Amino acid sequence: MDKTVNQKAWFLILPVLILVAFSAVVPLMTVVNYSIQDTFGNNQFFWVGLEWFEDILSSERMWNALGRQLSYSAIILMIEVPLGIYVALHMPKKKGFSASICLVLMSLPLLIPWNVVGTIWQIFGRVDIGLLGYTLEKLGISYNYTQNFYAAWFTLIIMDVWHWTSLVALLAYAGLQSIPDAYYQAAKIDQASRWNVFRYIELPKMQGVLMIAILLRFMDSFMIYTEPFVVTGGGPGNATTFLSIDLVKMALGQFDLGPAAAFSIMYFLVILLISWVFYTVMTTLDKRDGV
Amino acid sequence: MAKITLDNLAHSYLPNPASEDDYALKELNHDWTDGEAYALLGASGCGKSTLLNIISGLLQPSQGRILFNDKDVTQAPTTERNIAQVFQFPVVYDTMTVHDNLAFPLRNRGDSADYIRQRVQQIATMIGMESELNRKARGLTADAKQKISLGRGMVREDVNALLFDEPLTVIDPHMKWELRTQLKSLHHEFGHTMIYVTHDQTEALTFADKVVVMYDGRVVQIGTPQQLFETPEHTFVGYFIGSPGMNVLPAEISGTTARIGDHTLELTTGYGPLTGKTEIGIRPEFVTLTSGPGLEIRIKRVEDVGRHKIVRAELQGRAFNIIAGEGEEISADMTRVRFETKAINVYQNDWRVTGDAA
Repeated sequence: MDKTVNQKAWFLILPVLILVAFSAVVPLMTVVNYSIQDTFGNNQFFWVGLEWFEDILSSERMWNALGRQLSYSAIILMIEVPLGIYVALHMPKKKGFSASICLVLMSLPLLIPWNVVGTIWQIFGRVDIGLLGYTLEKLGISYNYTQNFYAAWFTLIIMDVWHWTSLVALLAYAGLQSIPDAYYQAAKIDQASRWNVFRYIELPKMQGVLMIAILLRFMDSFMIYTEPFVVTGGGPGNATTFLSIDLVKMALGQFDLGPAAAFSIMYFLVILLISWVFYTVMTTLDKRDGV
Repeated sequence: MAKITLDNLAHSYLPNPASEDDYALKELNHDWTDGEAYALLGASGCGKSTLLNIISGLLQPSQGRILFNDKDVTQAPTTERNIAQVFQFPVVYDTMTVHDNLAFPLRNRGDSADYIRQRVQQIATMIGMESELNRKARGLTADAKQKISLGRGMVREDVNALLFDEPLTVIDPHMKWELRTQLKSLHHEFGHTMIYVTHDQTEALTFADKVVVMYDGRVVQIGTPQQLFETPEHTFVGYFIGSPGMNVLPAEISGTTARIGDHTLELTTGYGPLTGKTEIGIRPEFVTLTSGPGLEIRIKRVEDVGRHKIVRAELQGRAFNIIAGEGEEISADMTRVRFETKAINVYQNDWRVTGDAA
C-alpha cells in the first residue's frame, strides 16, 4: 500500500523557527560575527580570526574577574546551602497556620525585583542614612562599602544570602515534606541519633532537590549583574567587578565590541560546560541507585 | 524482655475528647505476660496500631500509664524503651547496604564490631539474604525491603518487646509462611514478648499463644484460639473468627429456652431475665441440615471448598451459614436445621452472658 506523502505539516513549525531565529540564533551569530572581526567604525569590518579570544585568554583583567566570580559563587553556596537546610529543618513540619506564615515570609525576598533588592541594600548599608551602615559606624566598626574592600564583599554576600537562602530552604523543605512519617518512627525504634536521622534519612531524601538548588544558585550567582551594579558598581576599584559587570564595561563602556564578543562567547561556554557537568553528575547519581 | 502493663490506658486523636466515641482506643487494663507471643486481631481502624504505637512510645496516650516490668515508662521516649517494631510498609535506609541496614540498631548503641558482624550474619541467614549483604538497599523489591525491616527488628537480642504491625502484608504467600515460622522459632529460642498485629485470623491463630481481639477501640476478648472459637465473648469475635463466622440470631431468652420466631430451642443452662438486645450465636460447624423437625431455612447455594461444604442459606431473612461434611448428601427436602445445644452461646447487647448452672 502506498503511503501518501504530505510534508506540508512542516510549515506549521515555521512560526517557532522564526521566533527562535530572531530571539536566539541571530543575536548569537551577531556576537560570533563581532568576535572574529575588528572594526574602525563606518560599518567596516576586518577579519582577525581568533585574535580577540587569545587577547581575552591572556588578559589578566578577565582572569581576575573570573577569580572574583568563582570566589563569590563559592562563598554564597557555602553559606546558603547549609543555612537553607538548617532553616528547612526548623520550619513547622505539619501543615497549618504557622507553616503557611513561614512559607509566605520565606517567599517574600524571592518576589522582589533584583534592582530593588540592590537599592534596598544600597540604602540599608549607607553610613549616613542607612540603618545597617549607621549602626555599625556608631558601634565603632569601620564600615563603608564604597571604600572598603571587605565591607563591599560583606554587603554583597549578605544581600545575596538574604535574597536567595529562601529558595534553598523552600526546595529543601519540599524534599523533607516528602519523607513518610514511618521513616522517623523506624529511626526512633532503631535508637538513631539526631545526626544519623539527618545523615541517613533526611539528606538522602533531599539529595535531588538540593542538586537543583545548588545548580540554580550557582548559575544565578555566576551571572549576577544587577545587584552589585546597583550597590557597588563594581567598586571599590575593581573589588566587586564580576564577569558580567566587566563584560558590560568592556562592551558598552569602552565599546570594545570584538573582545567583548569573544568574552561573551567564552562566558556562555563556561556556563554551558558547568550545566553539563551538573546534569551528568545528577543523572549518574540517579543511575547508581539500582546497582 | 519484659512484662508490659497497661494501666487505665486510653487514647484520643482529638485534643478535647468529649464522649467515648472520640476515643480511638478505649480505656484498657491489661498485662502482657513476659515472654508470650500475642496476636492483636481486629478489623482495620479498630485501634490496633494505635495501641502498638503507644507501647513503643511513638504516641503519647491521652490517659493512663504503661509499665515495663512495673517501671513507669509512660513519659519515656521511644529510644529509651528498647523496643523493636516492624511496620506494615518497609522502611529501609536507602543509601546504606543491606549489611549496614541490619547493623544500624547495633551501631547506634555502640556494640563491638565483632559482635555486630556475627549477629548480622546470623540475621541475614534467618531472612535468607546472606548473598545480598553488600548490596545497596535502594532498588530492592518490596518484600526484600520488608525482610530487611524484619531483620532490623530482630537484630537486638535484649529488646523489651518485639512489635509487628501487619509486617507480612507486602510479602508473597510462600515467604510469608516461612517468615512466620522463623518468627515463631525465634520466639521459642529467645522468649521475647511479642505482639503481632494483623487482620488475618489464620496469621493470628498460627502465630500466637494468645489472641487479643479488638473491636471499635476496645479489647473484646483475650484468649487461646480454642477459647475464641468455642466461647466468643462478643458477637464480633464470633463473626470475625471462623470461616464463615458465627451465626447470630435475635432470640427471646427465658429460663432455659430461647425463642426464635415461633420456634423454641432448649439451652444447657438457665438465664435470669435479660434486657436489651438478646441474641444467640451458633457456629456453622455446630449446625446440621435435616429433613426432620427444626428451624426452617431457605438454601441459597452450596459452596464446596474441598474439605467440607459451606451451605449459604437464609433464616428469617438473615444470612445463615452451615458447614456440612464433604461426604454428606444435601437433598432438596432438607429445609430445616438443628443446633448442637452445647455450642449455643447467649448474647446480651453483643456481650456473652453465662447462665446459672440450673
